[in-house]
Amino acid sequence: MRDAACSRWIDLFRRRPFAFLTGDLGYDALEPLREVMGDRFINAGLAEQSMVSVAAGLATRGIEAWVYTIGPFGYARACEQIRNDVCHHGLSVRLVCNGGGFGYGTMGPSHHSLEDYGILLTLPDLRVFVPAFDEDVVAAVDRIAERSGPAFLRLGRGEAPDGWTAPPFAPWRRLASGAGPVVVVVGPIVGGLLARINELVPDDRPEIWSLSELPVEDLPAGLLRSIEARDVLLVVEEHVAHGGAGPMIANWLLANGRAPRRYVHLHAHVRPGEAGGSQAHHRRECGLDVDSLLDRIRSARLGR
Amino acid sequence: MIVGTGRAASRIDPATFEALSLAARRRLLRMHFESGVGHIGGDLSALDVMLHLHHRVMGEDDTFVLSKGHAAGALYVTLWSRGLLSDEDLRSFHADGSRLAGHPVPGWSDAIPVATGSLGHGLPMAAGIALADRYASQPGRVWCLTSDGEWQEGSNWEALIFARHQRLANLTVLVDANGLQAFGRTRDVASMTNLRRRFESFGVPTIEADGHDAAALAAAIDGHEDGLRVVVLRTVKGKGVSFMEDRLEWHYRPLTDDLFQRALRELED
Repeated sequence: MRDAACSRWIDLFRRRPFAFLTGDLGYDALEPLREVMGDRFINAGLAEQSMVSVAAGLATRGIEAWVYTIGPFGYARACEQIRNDVCHHGLSVRLVCNGGGFGYGTMGPSHHSLEDYGILLTLPDLRVFVPAFDEDVVAAVDRIAERSGPAFLRLGRGEAPDGWTAPPFAPWRRLASGAGPVVVVVGPIVGGLLARINELVPDDRPEIWSLSELPVEDLPAGLLRSIEARDVLLVVEEHVAHGGAGPMIANWLLANGRAPRRYVHLHAHVRPGEAGGSQAHHRRECGLDVDSLLDRIRSARLGR
Repeated sequence: MIVGTGRAASRIDPATFEALSLAARRRLLRMHFESGVGHIGGDLSALDVMLHLHHRVMGEDDTFVLSKGHAAGALYVTLWSRGLLSDEDLRSFHADGSRLAGHPVPGWSDAIPVATGSLGHGLPMAAGIALADRYASQPGRVWCLTSDGEWQEGSNWEALIFARHQRLANLTVLVDANGLQAFGRTRDVASMTNLRRRFESFGVPTIEADGHDAAALAAAIDGHEDGLRVVVLRTVKGKGVSFMEDRLEWHYRPLTDDLFQRALRELED
């Protein structure tokens, strides 16, 4: 996704100059952008707090500022700067964090982004974009660029099945129409599920929705009809439970009297001191690997 | 309430400045007394440099960032002294529904371009503003006033490194070095002595000056608009009111009626 974003930033910069600040990251990816942007591309060094505030200062003068780093170095380390300097001023600063979820796998928990959008969505007017597929990135960058105000872009690695053509980027997309439970998935994890959906018997095959923009403000009519008809909903996300899309969707359904009989939230968790491993390893540990997801879908339909 | 900066430095002379400083102190104390709130000590240490900048230095193209947001009262009174806020405005200090909060809130005045309060935010934002002005080839200078205790915040040093590396020649950092912070002396809390040497070790030209003397302020600030620099202002917390001067408790205490009257007598022309 990073390469796709880089290409789009170059296109965008040629149309409308902005500033791009990186926290000393982007090796073997952002060099073309640096080449094109000249002094508008700034390696702010290992100083994420200052970097975000500098971006806010630029934005007070009407200069759109993109800020790039690894997830927790941005949303966690510079949280107060995002809160006070960006969001409390309603400024057009775009925080881009690579390695969404367990994306940095074996690099360890310091690099995992598991609370990013939950934390950031507590802040006023900040909008979150979580592309599910590589092809989504261009549209996500464009949507952010069109938007006035703070935004967060969570980048990961596209996992679309071979030969799969993603429908155009949208906050909500129905990606599969099965007779089984309704499944809402945030981010790239949906790709692996789509690749193996035919391993389920036809009655178990879920209706799959991808959710790529947060907060959850409304649920599509088609999704609501399906939830009502099947009475079972699973929400899957590579994010901790608190602040995730699951609670947002559940809250909406309860508040609007549309709650299904069964609701299952499959999410990441962090256990202090746990052994390290790849993104696939951590997903297995959390029950977010595709085998586990298929099992949970089967169980959900059977009411277990 | 004001909208624009309304700045066109009036270039008042030192004698007039002294009278202005006294008048502003009296108005500041009244504002605090009427609203029943503290943060007076830091207001009084920072007031003179704010008056100096807004009356004698800054022009239409300049920008002032108050990083030590707890001195918001001094900034409001400075803007009042320029006719940009009214007495009625100042009477709303800390009131429900007022823009004149205990720390600046954003979005209502070009004279307050960024909201601050949590320390260590103003300088990096000022650096971003200075960079934006350089991109746009805008004239003018960005002036950022920090406290001395605030330099315990790592983000300030990050910003100084950034400003030095980016050669932000249109940025001046001012330090209100009153030697006191919220719960002790800066030298006792964090051995924060010799700030000048610390700044110079980062490659930033630094000078020291009396932060209350009109001539000293002029010598340190006026006409030195040719590069990134730090001006460490030796100041006194509670300056001008004997029972407040260099006293930690005046970071917090509001004024009683007796103390208010006593302070006013000390500040008569």
